[in-house]
Amino acid sequence: MATLMEEVDLLRRVPLFAGIDPGKLKLLAFASERLSYDNGQNLFRQGEVGESAYVIMGGKADVIVETGDGEIPVAELKENAFIGEIAILCDVPRTATVRAKSELEVLKVKKEHFLGLIADFPELGVEVMRELASRLSKTTSELSDARREIDALREAG
Amino acid sequence: MAMEPNLLKYIWKHSRSDQIFILMVILASMPTYFLSLELPKRIVNGPIQGVGFENPGDVATFLRTSLPIPEWIYSGPPIVIFPGFELERVAFLMALSFSFLALVTINGLFKLYINTFKGRMGERLLRRLRFELFDRVLRYPMSRFRRTKASEVASMIKDEVEPMGEFIGDAYTMPLFEGGQAATALLFIFLQNVWLGLLTVVIIAFQAWLIPILRRPIIKLGKQRQVEARRLAGRLGEVVDGISDMHVNDTSNLERADISSNLGRLFFIRFELFQRKFSVKFLNNFLLLFLQFLFYALGGYLAVRGTIDIGQLVAVIAAFKDLPGPVRGLINWDQKRLVVNARYTQVVEQFAADDLMESKLQVTAEEPVGRIGKGFEIANLVVKDDTGSTLIEKATADIGRDEQLAIVGPVGGGAAEFAQVLARLTPPTAGRVVLDERDINELPENYTGRRMAYIDSNPYFPEGAILECLTYVLKNQPVRAVERDPSAASEYRKFIYEARRADNSDLDIDAEWIDYGALGIESDEQLMEQVREVLQFVGMEDEIRSYGLRGTIDPETHPELCEQLVEARSAFRSRLKELKFDAFVEPFEPDTYNNQSTIGENLLFGTAIAPAFEPNQLSSNALVRTILREEGLEDVLFEMGKEVASTTVELFGDLSSDNPFFDQLNYMEPEDIPEYRVALARIGEAKVADVAPADQELILRLPFAYTEAKNRLGLLDDGMKARIVEMRGKLREALSDLETAPVAFYDPEQYNRAASVLDNVLLGRVASNVAEGPERVFEAISNLLGEMGLTDEIFAIGLEFNVGTGGKRLSESQRQKLHLARALLKKPDILIVNQALNTLDARNQKSLLEAVLDRAKADEYGGFGVIWVPMNPALSQAFERVLLFKDGELVADDTPSNLSKDNETYRALLDG
Repeated sequence: MATLMEEVDLLRRVPLFAGIDPGKLKLLAFASERLSYDNGQNLFRQGEVGESAYVIMGGKADVIVETGDGEIPVAELKENAFIGEIAILCDVPRTATVRAKSELEVLKVKKEHFLGLIADFPELGVEVMRELASRLSKTTSELSDARREIDALREAG
Repeated sequence: MAMEPNLLKYIWKHSRSDQIFILMVILASMPTYFLSLELPKRIVNGPIQGVGFENPGDVATFLRTSLPIPEWIYSGPPIVIFPGFELERVAFLMALSFSFLALVTINGLFKLYINTFKGRMGERLLRRLRFELFDRVLRYPMSRFRRTKASEVASMIKDEVEPMGEFIGDAYTMPLFEGGQAATALLFIFLQNVWLGLLTVVIIAFQAWLIPILRRPIIKLGKQRQVEARRLAGRLGEVVDGISDMHVNDTSNLERADISSNLGRLFFIRFELFQRKFSVKFLNNFLLLFLQFLFYALGGYLAVRGTIDIGQLVAVIAAFKDLPGPVRGLINWDQKRLVVNARYTQVVEQFAADDLMESKLQVTAEEPVGRIGKGFEIANLVVKDDTGSTLIEKATADIGRDEQLAIVGPVGGGAAEFAQVLARLTPPTAGRVVLDERDINELPENYTGRRMAYIDSNPYFPEGAILECLTYVLKNQPVRAVERDPSAASEYRKFIYEARRADNSDLDIDAEWIDYGALGIESDEQLMEQVREVLQFVGMEDEIRSYGLRGTIDPETHPELCEQLVEARSAFRSRLKELKFDAFVEPFEPDTYNNQSTIGENLLFGTAIAPAFEPNQLSSNALVRTILREEGLEDVLFEMGKEVASTTVELFGDLSSDNPFFDQLNYMEPEDIPEYRVALARIGEAKVADVAPADQELILRLPFAYTEAKNRLGLLDDGMKARIVEMRGKLREALSDLETAPVAFYDPEQYNRAASVLDNVLLGRVASNVAEGPERVFEAISNLLGEMGLTDEIFAIGLEFNVGTGGKRLSESQRQKLHLARALLKKPDILIVNQALNTLDARNQKSLLEAVLDRAKADEYGGFGVIWVPMNPALSQAFERVLLFKDGELVADDTPSNLSKDNETYRALLDG
């Protein structure tokens, strides 16, 4: 059985939490639920209301976007990944489905705990901003690549 | 129809013969009573003081009886009936003393009989009155309930009529009895001296004139008190019913102020009442004593002047001594009469209604009730509400029995009211509603109430099992007498005799009330089958089954089922691996530490029956502590507690107590943290034996509530676990010596009566760290029991689920579905659905409606008509015919397809 101290060690490896005081991380670990998922079980589904974020402690998970035509996997997540934070930061429904791809161990961080931590540790907020900004720039460049491809296809068609 | 407005007349009407009889008995008791007063004097004067025994050998005559004729009528020698015995002094003393004993015994027995008789008479009349009031409530016109508070009715029937019971016994006997005594005394005074007699009459007449005047405000106050007290009961009922509104609107202080002002008014009314009562009492006493003063002063003066002789005066004063008692008795009786009569009038006024339903409409049916044949014919129906505004204006339509009819219209258009008229809940103001050639409001309820079903969005269920809620509608009248053994049967005869004496209902509540023949079934099993079928129909089968799994059963009444459940337990355990549950389901094993439970639960290893053995009480349980000490575990747990405390204080110490992080802290309250901080500093390195008992308990509380798997502080190793398991056995041994077991232990071979069916099969814990763990276990166990053929049994346990007052333990949509289920259970000829099912989502509403329409056509269920007022007008398209109401007028009556073609209003409704 994993103890609190092991979880704190794992949390420290998550880039987002790297700068946080270990005492607070212990508190976060204590207050968070440790959950196991079987391969194929959903952590949450696209469109649901989100109340928590998750830190992957072990195993792999898929990020899947559900479209009218079916499911499109868009990313794979590994240990130390922090997921589901968008829904709890800006109160939007889940933007994608996350499904266990193997046996999965996660720490479930409740919305109010996470927001509480950000209030206590502005550097965590900055870290979250940096992470989101880098994702945005990545998404933006992917979007412009995609546009270019579509334009090229149109011209060709 | 109206109730007798005067209490005395009411009492006379219903207990005339009893009253006359008891009066006779009282008269019959008089001679012995007077003799028993007379005898002591004769004992003292005769044998004790020796009057008449001056010489040895003197004898007295005992039991000599002669006709008591007053001298002024007949003055010859006494006519002797019985010459009596001649007895000497001691024998005469004994004879007189034993006569005295006999007389007082007879006297006492008379009193006992009279009081019992009066009491029973009072109770019977009280019972009759209460039942009559309740009967009126059952026959009230529906509109009246809009202005009637339930708790006020309860307060009137229960409390307000109560004092009448005591009065009823005295109502007629007391004035005659006391009046007679007073009159005798008065007559005696008159005979002694006419002037003194007149004086007495004048004063008593003055009293009789003055006191009622003074009492008038008392009566008025009494009425006010009654109204205020009833208002209090009504308001209390309202506050409780609307408790959630009070909470969500922060109006608790308004309610406090309101109830307080109510209590205040009550206080001042009662206080004034007391003041006045006591002043009247004072005046009463004063007048009587004033009379006595007059006797002394005036009578004395007359005696001194020689107008009357001293002997007369003494006799008058002696007679006068007997006067105040009866006079006071009469005055008290009168006071009571006024108060009780005022109460009675008040209550009767409240229950007066000139439009009560005739009682013949609510009789039981003599023969099986036939089916509805033709259906409704409605002609020129007009409905107005109690303010006079029109709800329905001249509606005319025929509705056949088997039709599928939707009634729609804009809100307030009259559709809902129309359905209520068909269900007899709203009476027509004008026009006629005819069902099978007869005016619907002249039909007995045993016809409309059994052959039609009506549901709306406001189901109310009295507290009881789901099964009872469902079968309520089938219990129209007793159909089969219950068999009783001879002693119970004679008890029951007495019971029914009393009921009839008080004109109460003599139907047997314990008889079989469900008419199996009318349902076309023969056995309880078939009834359960039908119950199951309707619940399945409304989609509640799974919910009922899950109530069954979460319910408890008594192994004594269900020995076989419990055995099967224990078998299911071992089957479930053997399947854990196959289901891949072995990683997160931890069964309770007597020799293994359960990681998902707290240390306390592991020690106890069972369900506490006695409160002192609840897990959170273990740290202060003397027996547990003693065993811990003997096993040397107390020290270890104490150290563990200190560790938990210091880690917790370190983690949470600087958080304010409303911080969200606290919600995972399950072994300590946030506000206790400062206390633990101080305690830790105080204890320091000290061992458990060296600290104060309060600190011992404070610290030991923590390990008992600690779960390694959940709290993850890494405090338990395998050695420690083994010691706790060992200690578990010791505790069990110690507890088995006790007379009543305070703990129901987990035993893999035994059914645990304190735990639910589900927990009995599981007999273990589901790890909290597995997603959807409990749900998966629930489903697996449910499936397992299904495979074992226990579905019906579990379902039956689920039907015993208590719905709570008003059905509040069910959700609103569950209540609405249950309402529909029971309407179908009674197999009506016409089903009226008035905006019911509105808490179901649109899809469920639609599918349930379609299912009902299919069912109505199926021969299997007898074929019935459906009249539906849907919340969503679009649903009316599933019907054969639509009545469209607008502003109280029936504007269209056609098929939905025609209406959607050429009726603007209908189209607008559909577009919503």
